[in-house]
Amino acid sequence: MTMLVALPILLPLLAAGLSLVLGRFATLQRLLGVVVFTANAVLAVVLLAEADKSGPVVLQLGGWDAPVGITLVADRLSALLMLISMVVMLAVLVYSIGQRITDYGRSTSSTAFHPMYLVLGAGVSMAYLTGDLFNLFVAFEIMLGASYVLITRRTTATRVRAGMTYTIVSLTSSLLFITMIALVYAATGTVNLADLSGKVEALPVGVQSAMALMMIVVFGIKSAMVPLHFWLPDSYPTAPAPVTAVFAGLLTKVGVYALIRTQTLVFDHGESWTLLLWFSVITMIIGALGAIAQNDLNRLLSFLLVSHIGYMLFGLALYDVTGLAGAILYVVHHITVQATLFLVSGLLTRHTGTVALRGMGGLAKLYPAIALLFAIPALNLAGIPPFSGFVAKLALLEAGAEVGTTMAYVATGAAVLTSFLTLYAMAKVWVFAFWGKSKPPHPDPDPTDELIIGTGSTSRTMVSATSALVVFGVLIAVFAGPLSEISTRAATDLLDGGPYRTAVLGEEAE
Amino acid sequence: MNTVNVTVNLTMALTIGGLYAVGFYLLLQRSLMRIIIGIVIVGHAANMFLQLAGGPPGRSPIVGVSPAEEMTDPLPQAMALTAIVITFALTTFLLALAYRSSVLLGHDEVRDDVEDRRIRRQQQRVDEREEPDEPGADRKFEFGTDNDKEATR
Repeated sequence: MTMLVALPILLPLLAAGLSLVLGRFATLQRLLGVVVFTANAVLAVVLLAEADKSGPVVLQLGGWDAPVGITLVADRLSALLMLISMVVMLAVLVYSIGQRITDYGRSTSSTAFHPMYLVLGAGVSMAYLTGDLFNLFVAFEIMLGASYVLITRRTTATRVRAGMTYTIVSLTSSLLFITMIALVYAATGTVNLADLSGKVEALPVGVQSAMALMMIVVFGIKSAMVPLHFWLPDSYPTAPAPVTAVFAGLLTKVGVYALIRTQTLVFDHGESWTLLLWFSVITMIIGALGAIAQNDLNRLLSFLLVSHIGYMLFGLALYDVTGLAGAILYVVHHITVQATLFLVSGLLTRHTGTVALRGMGGLAKLYPAIALLFAIPALNLAGIPPFSGFVAKLALLEAGAEVGTTMAYVATGAAVLTSFLTLYAMAKVWVFAFWGKSKPPHPDPDPTDELIIGTGSTSRTMVSATSALVVFGVLIAVFAGPLSEISTRAATDLLDGGPYRTAVLGEEAE
Repeated sequence: MNTVNVTVNLTMALTIGGLYAVGFYLLLQRSLMRIIIGIVIVGHAANMFLQLAGGPPGRSPIVGVSPAEEMTDPLPQAMALTAIVITFALTTFLLALAYRSSVLLGHDEVRDDVEDRRIRRQQQRVDEREEPDEPGADRKFEFGTDNDKEATR
């Protein structure tokens, strides 16, 4: 059983090499990607079941025991998030295969995309599974390295600029990450998360705060927390729809996961955390206001992404079981919904030839199916009752009221307000793009680049991949009961930390 | 694991501090090449910091060659090595990107943020109009009416 923990990382990495070799056999290459992500999703289900039944599944790599060697841990939280991530990555891969076939035909292959996508998958799995701070850094680098290539592939001038912003900001945060690791190692002599959790308490308060703040800055940049968010709306929208979808769905959430993991396991804040509550409030409000001011659909969605990161921070900052369970539910919901929305935006721009809302119009009449595909995740994101967004928001609001300090109430109010602002932004998209007079499609402004838009051609594969994600998003709401139970158990684990420590370090450490 | 000896080599500390300062200063420049050099320097600083975190230098950490209490801590060295490889690879990537940028744009200046450019254009339009008192004059400066390629694509 324990060997299974390594597979979600090994499979995509080995497959990436194979995929590179298979570069000339397009169909095989595509098949390989689909098989690997399906296998990873199945592995995640197995790990989740095992972790839920009998506690964290631990693998000590290379036979070196915990504090010295590299540890991989799959507990409820990491297995659950890995499951959702792999399903989303699979759907996005199918979408991008469909798009490739529609644009260039079945036989053309893309040498870089598939291997890099697999490497990205390996990095994401590794970030979820690692039990060691330095390995987390390596996982981030694998993931970001792949994402640098994906975002700057087939560069035009615009994408070079956007890719540059993205690369430099991410790289700076990675260097801060090394600095943080050095600080942690100098203070404690270990980078193993479970080991750290025991040693950090003995440190002076000042050193502890310095470490916690460094972590907030490093993971705050990765997860696009305001005021460290500015790179995101600038870089994401320029990439092709599938790439943006998977970045928006996963990368920021991996940052949030790292924040949740380190702040619960390593530090014991004990009560709700005012500083992070403030950050969550400004993240929610500024993101949503930024979204409303946009004319570009993808930029609007990017700002909404920033805004909804605030909800997850809110859940974490409350620092009790209900709050953390809400945050976990929110991550699960948001990974799916945000990726779906970017895929739908990709479908739309293929018809309209522009992402400017003012250039669209009357799409509801022309493409009712796409309108429906947009409406469901849009309402879901805003948190309208039957959908998963409502379930997750309700959990967070309840948690906020339960904590009941003034600051918690302020943040709860901000969460409600942001929900309305999100609805307003979505209504704006609806009014501009789907209602009104139909406008003729714009010609592709740059036909030579990879971003083919305005052709009006979508294939069945693309639409079904998007629909599958929409349905998956709805299913999250259908299974909200069991999901919220498992997130509550995961949250209890996080705050307790005992089972995790015992699983990694062995019995005598407790 | 040993809790690290608190005495820190002052020369090392000052060097690392200086490197961070120089690196971050360069990161704030407009030229892409300077930014890349800045990243390289901050990378050096971070890796040296990692070394420093391992405590004072000792004998080589090989079992049988030197006694355990005189050994250097090998873990930060392993980590620094990994970090060096990663920063090296990404620096190469950044250089390729900078080259691409100079081929496409003819220079390596980092352009302003999309949002900043948009606000500046709106301000220009306000200035050109020069009728700030007229009610509703700014109703026409709605967002996104520009034809900026990045804002509309």
